[in-house]
This record gives sequence, C-alpha cells and structure tokens, in this order.
Amino acid sequence: MSIDITTAAKVAKLARIKVEDDALPALAEEFNAILGFIEQLEEVDVEGVAPMTSVTPQRLKRREDVVMDGDQQEKVLSNAPDAREGFFAVPKVVE
Amino acid sequence: MSDLNKLTLADARDKLRAKEITSVELTEACLSAVEGGKTLNAFVHDTPDLALEQAKAADATLAKGDAPSMCGLPIGIKDLFCTKGVASQAGSAILEGFKPEYESTVSQNLLDAGAVMLGKLNMDEFAMGSSNETSVYGDVVNPWKVDDRNLTPGGSSGGSASAVAADLCLAATGTDTGGSIRQPAAFTGIVGIKPTYGRCSRWGVVAFASSLDQAGPMTKTVRDAAIMLEAMCGHDAKDSTSVDMAVPDFEAALEGDIKGKTIGIPKEYRMDGMPDEIEALWSQGTEMLKDAGAKIVDITLPHTKYALPAYYVIAPAEASSNLARYDGVRYGHRAKLSQGDGITEMYEKTRAEGFGPEVQRRIMVGTYVLSAGFYDAYYNRARKVRTLIKKDFEDVFAQGVDAILTPATPSAAFGLGEMKDADPVQMYLNDVFTVTVNLAGLPGISVPAGLDKQGLPLGLQLIGKPFEEGELLQFAHTLERAAGFVAKPEKWW
Repeated sequence: MSIDITTAAKVAKLARIKVEDDALPALAEEFNAILGFIEQLEEVDVEGVAPMTSVTPQRLKRREDVVMDGDQQEKVLSNAPDAREGFFAVPKVVE
Repeated sequence: MSDLNKLTLADARDKLRAKEITSVELTEACLSAVEGGKTLNAFVHDTPDLALEQAKAADATLAKGDAPSMCGLPIGIKDLFCTKGVASQAGSAILEGFKPEYESTVSQNLLDAGAVMLGKLNMDEFAMGSSNETSVYGDVVNPWKVDDRNLTPGGSSGGSASAVAADLCLAATGTDTGGSIRQPAAFTGIVGIKPTYGRCSRWGVVAFASSLDQAGPMTKTVRDAAIMLEAMCGHDAKDSTSVDMAVPDFEAALEGDIKGKTIGIPKEYRMDGMPDEIEALWSQGTEMLKDAGAKIVDITLPHTKYALPAYYVIAPAEASSNLARYDGVRYGHRAKLSQGDGITEMYEKTRAEGFGPEVQRRIMVGTYVLSAGFYDAYYNRARKVRTLIKKDFEDVFAQGVDAILTPATPSAAFGLGEMKDADPVQMYLNDVFTVTVNLAGLPGISVPAGLDKQGLPLGLQLIGKPFEEGELLQFAHTLERAAGFVAKPEKWW
C-alpha cells in the first residue's frame, strides 16, 4: 500500500490541518515510511484474537447520572481566543 | 549549608524533620540552581513566588509536626500537567497562553502531600518525541557532556530528566506513553518509574494516547521514586480508568530482600546491532541480581518485534482523536483569518500554525489508520497484536517470573540535531525496549547502572507484574545498590 499525493491531501483535509500543495510530496513520503514500518503487523497470526479494549481487567466505574458541577461560565470561557456575551465566538457557520 | 538542591527527597525530608534546614532555604537553593541552569532550557515557566509561598506554608506545617510525606520538598512539574493559574502548554504553540482554571489530580496530590512547585518543565510537543527536539520552547540540553556537542536528555520528559540530573530540583513529574519517563531517565543517569496503567489518575494531564498514558516520578534514587510515587497515585473518580485499590507503602517495600525471587531475561531483547556495552551492562545487571539471591531464567516474549509497529498505529489513532479538541475555539491559539474564511479554514489554519511537524504527522497517520477502509487492516489488527503482547507477559508471569530485566535504551544519549535527517521511524526505535510495557499496561522502572566508554550513563529496565510496584521497587533498589552508580554530570552550564 502506498500513499500518493491525493491521499495525503485527503488525510490532511480529514485531520483539518492545512498543508500547502508543495509540502504534499514530502508528507506522502513520510507516511509511506511510517506505514511501511507498520505493515510488519501483517506477519502476525491474529486469527481468533480479540482486539484489546482495556488493558486492566476492571470494568469502567459507574456513577449516578446527576449533575456534578456547573455554573462556571466565566471559568469555562476564560481561555477562549474570542468569547462574547457568554459564548464562544467563531466565524459564521450557517448562511 | 550549601548545595541543598543536591539532596535527595529522602535526605531533605529527614533534614527538614530534624529541623536542620527549612523548606525556604531548600527552595531558595533550588530557585538559584534553576536560575543558573537556564542554558539547559529545562524549566520553561518558573513560579518562584508561588514556590516560596508554598515553602513558608510547609515550614509552618513542619513546625507543628505531623507533616505530610513530601512536606517542603521542591519539585518540577512537566508542562503536560494542568496547573491552576500557571501556564500549561504541553510544549505546544497551540496552547500558547493557556492557564488552566483547575489542577491535575496528580499535581494536586503532590501539593496535598506538601510538595513545593518550582515551575513547569520542558518536554516534546504533546509528549511526542524521544529527544526533546519537538518542543515549542526549543531543545532541552542534557547536563551530561563528553565533548563539544550538546546531547539530548531524551524525551518526551526531557526537561524533567535534565532538571533532576542537574540538581535544579529534587525530583520531577514525568509521563510515559511509550517510554517517555524511562528513556530520558536512562539518558541522564536518574531513576524513572512508569506505574501500572490506572495507578495514577490521568485527569488534568493533557491527553496523548489515553490507553497508554501514565504519570510517574523521575528522581535521583529508587527510594525517592518510592516516596514520590506513593504521593502521586490513588483512586480518582474523575478518571474512569483509575483503579480503586489501596496504595501500598512503597518505601517500606524497599526493605525486604529478593532471595528466591525469579528474574526473567527475554531473548527477544537481544537485538541485532545492539552496542556491546549495553549487552555487557545487561549481563552485569543479571549477575548482580543473581548474587543478591534471585533465580535467573531465560524467557521468551515472542511478539516483542511487533510492539513498536502496533504502538505506531494505536498511539497516533488515539492522538488524532484526543487532539481534535485543539480547534482555536475554546483555548489556546487561533489563526488570523482572511476575508471570507469560514469555520473550516479557521480549524485548518489554526492547527497548521499551532502544531509542529511531528504532531501533525502523528495526527494524520492516526486519521489515516482510523479512516473508512483501513480501520480493520490497521487499527483493529494493532489492537489484536496488543492482546498478544500482553499475553506474552501474562504467560511468563504465570510460569513464576517475578520481574523481567532488560536494557532501558538501545544506545546512550546522542547529540542534539544528529537525527534531524533520519526518517521518523529511526527516532521511534529509541523506545524499542520500553514500549511493550505501555502496551501491556505494566509497571516499568529505569535504573542507572553504569557509564559507557565515553562516560555517558546507561540504564537497565525492570518490568514488574501489574500493581506490584512495591516488589518492582525492591528489585530496583537491589540493582541500584549493587550497581553503585554515583556518577554525576560535571557542571559546565
């Protein structure tokens, strides 16, 4: 499996990272080096093996489905690059 | 008394309790070491006022008696831990200006134990790196030096390793996803332990790969690692993977002896092209444990070879999901937008500007292996291989092995910039001996065991059974005493 420039561009798009066109060939090459390394996994017989979901045997703990905290609007917004009138502000999303 | 910054946690604790020194004196000694150690680029956000305030409070508590375990002991905190009101950037430009409104559970546990925070420590961006060369703050320099080159302290907890080795602080926190505590500890001649997955709460620690990430202490001695680990860990309702188990007295666990215990030597860790010195050190370590009364057995961990490739599917996959939150909306950097740019351009420009090349690469690899059509071939296969890697360890423990001895790293510290032109996979090979432990969720500790012929430190790794950190520390303590590693870097900074 080899990654071409179109695939590299598609992955960058999916990851929401802007990659300039002239940087795509080098990126595709790096992907190929990494994926070539990963492809060793094909040698392993994984027939009947369950994919790991948890490395420790414990079940996830449950708790009551109740509000634990809240009412911290100021703190929640304190690090926002653009917060206005108690909201996170972003460029126009809906026409 | 001079050079208080050179004390171990245990000695400083005893002197504080014996009223021979005060926490303010100790903290001031560290603060001037931090100031004098700027060349190393280990501390990146200093908090001297906060430290002195905490030291004064610690002295008051000590005067009253009944002080908590780390009362008055000055430490550094890796930049990956969120610290209330203090910059926490994970070594990334995308978290520029971020000051958390909350404290991570681990750093809170340390503060509750009376520790004094000197500041935040440099690291590879989002803990992705093995040489501390991916940080937005610039490279960290290893205090060890054998010629005119500046050497890497390893990564990602490179700032922590450099600061402890150079006596800028008594100890530091690190985090370890594939070897990020143990590899830098080995490169700088200090002790670093990654506990069992679930021992330390991950709450408030900037996430890289959530199923692998664990916090742990980086210290000057095994005893210090026991003291600090005990203060760091414990159940936390805010992390659903944190285990609800009692925390043993790790320092007390150092006492017993290892007679009759079984140490496994895995043949798969004898790699082609491994330097003779590392091979020799490994044999010496084996002899030391044998002389201390342990039984040595050869073991096999057949899937070792596949650990790194499985890691480089699982870790980027989890990272691509975890790092989706950095979008320029809620915190950190937002790119300047051009006329007509919408929200997608905002995301794309923000992430291109905020993330460095290695982080971008891993996010995109993760995106690829999780994408439709490749999920089964890559991600699910890697998770199956992970099951087999864990089973390898379960099998040897079931055969009666109590701990496993391996080299910590395939080489000593290398020069900063020397790997610049290598492909990313070459850098990943640094973690070849440590990454299996994260995949299997086990505790692992790196202990300094000798110097190579250039005079650089080398470490050995001990791997323990799940939640048997006490026993693991006992083995490490035995190895530490037998190796008698006392070398320190000569001060040039």
